[in-house]
Amino acid sequence: MKISLKAQSKRGFFTGADQILNAAVFLLLLIGIVLVYAATRDWFAANDLDPEYYLKRQIVNVIIGIALAYGTTLIDYRLLRAYTPFVWGFGVLGLVAVLIPGLGSTVNGARSWISFPGGLQFQPAELAKISIIVGMALILSERMAGEDRPSDKQVLQALGVAGLPLILIVAQPDLGTVLIISAAVITMIALSGASLYWVVGLLLAGVVGVYLAIASGEVSEYQLNRLKSFVDPSADLQASGYQLRQARITIGSGGLLGKGLFNGPQTNGRFVPEQQTDFIFTVAGEELGFIGSSFILLLYFIVLMRAFAIARATTDLFGKMVSIGVVAWFSFQIFENIGMTMGLMPMTGVPLLFLSYGGSAMFANMIAIGLLQNVYQRTR
Amino acid sequence: MRDRSTLTLLVAQVLVISLMLSLFGRLFYLQIADGPRYQEAALDIQSRDIVAPALRGLIVDNEGNALATNKAGLMVTADRSVLDKFEDKGVSVLNRVAEVLKLEYQDIYTRTRLCGELASGERNGCWNGNRYQPIPITKDASENQVFTILERSDLFPGIDAKPVSIRSYPSLAGQKATHVLGYLGPITEKNLNNEEGKRYYRNELIGKAGIELLYDEQLRGIPGIKTVIVDRKEIVRQESLNRAPVPGNHLVLNLNAKLQAAVEVELKDAVFRARANGYRGDSGAAIVMDVKTGEVLAMASYPDYDLNIWENGITVNQARDLYSEKSGVPAFSRAIQGEFAPASTFKVISLSAAVDAGYSLKTTYECPAEVQIGDRTFKNFDSNAAGRISMTTAMAISCDSIWYQIAYDEWVRDGGLRPKPSPNDYFFNSAKGYGLGKKTGVDLPSELSGRLPNRQWKLDWYDRNKDFYCNYSEKAKKSQLTPYLIEIARENCLDGDKVRAGDMVNFSIGQGDTLMTPLQLAVAYSALANGGKLMVPKVAKAIVEPSGRVVKEFKPEISGRLPIKKSTLKFLQNSLRAVVTGGTATGAFSGVGVEVSGKTGTGQVFGRNLDGSSKDDTSWFASFAPSKKPEYAVVMMVSQGGFGASTSGVGVRKIYEHIFGTNGRVAIFPNGNPKKLPRIDSSKAELLP
Repeated sequence: MKISLKAQSKRGFFTGADQILNAAVFLLLLIGIVLVYAATRDWFAANDLDPEYYLKRQIVNVIIGIALAYGTTLIDYRLLRAYTPFVWGFGVLGLVAVLIPGLGSTVNGARSWISFPGGLQFQPAELAKISIIVGMALILSERMAGEDRPSDKQVLQALGVAGLPLILIVAQPDLGTVLIISAAVITMIALSGASLYWVVGLLLAGVVGVYLAIASGEVSEYQLNRLKSFVDPSADLQASGYQLRQARITIGSGGLLGKGLFNGPQTNGRFVPEQQTDFIFTVAGEELGFIGSSFILLLYFIVLMRAFAIARATTDLFGKMVSIGVVAWFSFQIFENIGMTMGLMPMTGVPLLFLSYGGSAMFANMIAIGLLQNVYQRTR
Repeated sequence: MRDRSTLTLLVAQVLVISLMLSLFGRLFYLQIADGPRYQEAALDIQSRDIVAPALRGLIVDNEGNALATNKAGLMVTADRSVLDKFEDKGVSVLNRVAEVLKLEYQDIYTRTRLCGELASGERNGCWNGNRYQPIPITKDASENQVFTILERSDLFPGIDAKPVSIRSYPSLAGQKATHVLGYLGPITEKNLNNEEGKRYYRNELIGKAGIELLYDEQLRGIPGIKTVIVDRKEIVRQESLNRAPVPGNHLVLNLNAKLQAAVEVELKDAVFRARANGYRGDSGAAIVMDVKTGEVLAMASYPDYDLNIWENGITVNQARDLYSEKSGVPAFSRAIQGEFAPASTFKVISLSAAVDAGYSLKTTYECPAEVQIGDRTFKNFDSNAAGRISMTTAMAISCDSIWYQIAYDEWVRDGGLRPKPSPNDYFFNSAKGYGLGKKTGVDLPSELSGRLPNRQWKLDWYDRNKDFYCNYSEKAKKSQLTPYLIEIARENCLDGDKVRAGDMVNFSIGQGDTLMTPLQLAVAYSALANGGKLMVPKVAKAIVEPSGRVVKEFKPEISGRLPIKKSTLKFLQNSLRAVVTGGTATGAFSGVGVEVSGKTGTGQVFGRNLDGSSKDDTSWFASFAPSKKPEYAVVMMVSQGGFGASTSGVGVRKIYEHIFGTNGRVAIFPNGNPKKLPRIDSSKAELLP
């Protein structure tokens, strides 16, 4: 082991990696730190609080995230297969823990955080994304001799791997994460070569599932209101309708060049709730304008295109499935989050990759980047 | 397998690219295509206008004496958005406020209600603004009261106090000028919605009546606006605009405070004189005009009230009394809104009509005790015959029957009930030439135009009423089903669309459906005095900036000319003099000390009072003086005042004594009324303690 580690360290995170992907992610992380600061400094200063409170914490999050990404590249991902059941099991345990009263805490109507002593909080659902993708990739990449597609049994197993954590997340309930994971699951099965009827069936099941969830009351009124306010933004201007309207106005008022960093009156007046987390894109929209926001979109575009390139280049089926899972997750989460701030998508509580303030999501995102680089490095 | 896998991956990639492109497209739409709209919306969210009302301009009389000023007051306000959150809706808080301010709880309750919240009968004194403004409870609190409230903010949540400027009507010479000056009130939603195309701000006060309303834009000035950028908690983060208020312009009136005070006293005296003589004397009006310029030197309406009640916080009782019939509707300005039959003061119009119709002024006419027209008998006022008399005498003794005969003859010549295609209508045309049925154009709001009951008016009237009269037995109330009224209804149904002989006869002596306002009569008699020019009455003389620069001087304006020849005018002037020297007004004016020309009028009124008694006659006196070189026209009207001479005639006489300083009085205008613009002391516009 020692020898192999040394041999591989030459192609570490910074040397043998996909440098374009690294650069894009690194720029996004930097922009994120600045935007989190812009979103909080003025308001905190005005209320006699430390204006750098969020800035410092986000820098720590980013450093830990980079370390996690680097750590993820160290071990050959193919060796990771052996640990996959443990990764998956750990993820499920976290999701169970969050539902235990006293351990989990409720934010915005969902019981999705585990609080640790000392004010630290952790969101198991974020890491569950990794567990599910890796777990499904493991199953879907097994091939019987002579077969070029996964068997129905494998698909069922893969669905089971995704299903248990998903049900636990539904129980929280964290609708946004469920939707994103579901999108990734369906994409992975569709691209695994499984029969078309699986894909069609899953899509149908998804529709029925959403209907049942609403009909059975599993979707709380809080979430339903968010959906309603998307359909008719004037319906509930006090809560989520208000938030969506404010978000649109904040982005729209940025214009071509923006109001300038730290100079957005909407941002500084904190008219958009949660603007350092889920609504961070509004800060970019107002202060950096069309030019700056387009640049952020471009960086995401580069990240996604590099991920596709990695998935295409690898000949290893497990690596391909992991890459596909990550790219599907990233794509839907970016589209959902930015789409939500601009009124294209209904409001669900998902953070924006690399930019939003927060540890759990940052760590999961960076581990995923680490996985992509790992696959890239071992493709030659 | 490789091909298929590559293909599906490509499809997925294209899908992702299209998602990213749609984000980009949406971003472009929000920030570039629709950016300006969102920038405006953002500004709307972030900015707040803080309005500092401008110091309102003074209103002064023609000698520079203040009629309306500003004074410093302490305003106590209620915030309904706070009070409404309490379980008792703030009742206990308002009760405590009532105790501290020594006011009735009911008054405070009403003052803090939006008018729409109260039943329509209980709206007197309600708040005309909206829920989001601090609602004034009083502007007249003492410092101690305010301290009590501010110190115990726990006991008075939602109650605030601050110094404000209040409009004050100081009544320096004892005048009230209630209906001329008007008053201020809060802005209404209608004003804010900019229906009149003016820019208003929420906590401004604006003119609601009289001069304060008509010249509001000049007097109000431009409020100071401070625009601040606020955050979500409404905390001010930044100031983006600071425009100091521009004080309003002063307004100089033609009104004279001393004369106004005298006219108000004499009008009130006349009303009480009527009552002493057994008449009801419910209300009245008096006007003094400069005959050459149309300047309104005094204009009074009785009953009136103290304008300061509006700013000191009007009580429920006060507000109710303003519009109650019992108290005589003091809000109503009789001088411009009171429409009454002009009675014999109208005869100058009839004489002009007779001249047009070819009747000679040099011959004599029979003045019988009564004239039979059809099956109706029209009696002389005193039922006495005067024999053959000249027109001058007819005017002096106010013979009616001459006019009955002439009006009837002319009506017959015009075709009677089957009028000629183009009738001469001498009487209607003469009346129109004197300004009947048309507003004088005085610079006061809500003026009424009186009524000229000519052929067109008859047609319109019939259109509106034929249904009622033609189905009288079904539509009328039980009490209206007397044989006399049923007969009248039958006639009205039959030929109510036509000018009948009786209508014409009544018209010739200013009765029947004929209505005039006192101001219209003052304009007509001014014209008789000034050589035939119908002057537009002018209350305002000039607009002057606080610096003293004159913005605008209102020049005399002629709205028309009397449709009569010089010789007729001369004849009328002499006849009106004869009324005073040897006619119906001789007694009232004996020893007045100045030569007065005028005409009495005693108008019959149909209809009943609230208590069921039939209405007393309207007492009129219309005049000008001095007769040889007229300067002033004075008109007085007392509703249900009895005889023209003894009630209004005596009142007008006393007004002349005040003007000219006769019979031991101090002359108000020893050298004529002031023509030069007075100096205005701008410091009086500033807040006096």
